[in-house]
Amino acid sequence: MKAAVVVFPGSNCDHDTQHVLERVAGAEVRMVWHTERDLADPDLVVLPGGFSYGDYLRTGALARFSPVMESIRSFAARGGLVLGICNGFQILQEAGLLPGAMLRNRGLRFICRHVHLRVERADTPFTSEYRAGQVLSLPIAHNEGNFYAAAEELEDLERNRQVILRYSNAAGEATDEANPNGSLRNIAGVTNRAGNVLGMMPHPERASEALLGSEDGFGLFASLVATLARRVEATR
Amino acid sequence: MMVRVYVTLKPGVLDPQGMTIQKALATLGYAEAEEVRQGKYFEIRWSGEPGDEARRRVEAIAAGVLSNPVIEGYRIEWPAAERGA
Repeated sequence: MKAAVVVFPGSNCDHDTQHVLERVAGAEVRMVWHTERDLADPDLVVLPGGFSYGDYLRTGALARFSPVMESIRSFAARGGLVLGICNGFQILQEAGLLPGAMLRNRGLRFICRHVHLRVERADTPFTSEYRAGQVLSLPIAHNEGNFYAAAEELEDLERNRQVILRYSNAAGEATDEANPNGSLRNIAGVTNRAGNVLGMMPHPERASEALLGSEDGFGLFASLVATLARRVEATR
Repeated sequence: MMVRVYVTLKPGVLDPQGMTIQKALATLGYAEAEEVRQGKYFEIRWSGEPGDEARRRVEAIAAGVLSNPVIEGYRIEWPAAERGA
């Protein structure tokens, strides 16, 4: 798997993401500075977490005008796999590549802790190594993770099964108590309509090695590796 | 000239900050402040000539950069001489 990790001014999870992709998932990784326009034909583009442009104006609002975003837009339009983690998710929303927008957490606090998440679908390129209904423990670290979309759009997301991850309790129930930030319908991860762009607030790259306390996030990277291997196999 | 842009959350969009400010006001004895919605305010010193082109360009800034159409609306305030044009 050839992965491009995009680095914006203020990205701070870029090296963690690179580490997991290279050392744990065995991918070939190229770091792409946000002013570059050539993604060099990757299989996967990752927009990592952080505070691009200091979160000025709105989270992700200024990063979406970076030159690299045009290339990512074309890559996604051709069906390329794009993963946005935390701030990367917010940037993809601002760019219109993912639905909804993030409001301040309802408790007005920056939340940095492990939460439980229910995997809604295991039939996507990002989640094929999980089971539908599986409960994961992954860390979140954000101040603006309160997912909002207008009522009609929310219905569309449910109807098209674009919700991939929901905040839940350990038993997998998406209750209000298990909702850390006020996200509508406990949404923690969604795809675009075509299903090739995923945004998620939790950080799988921080939970991909037993040494770090949880390997629950590795399934995501393993799914991408497996998906791409299957595609290569299919073209033989 | 100075152009002023007000960005506010759309009706129905939860405003955790506004709600917290309203609660604080109630605690301080300002019970009449029954709802507070927090927004953003921008002052843009505009060097171009006033007119349709300036209106079009400021509109593009307000709609495309300063606000997120999913959650926010905006209002542009022009200098007095430009109003009603």
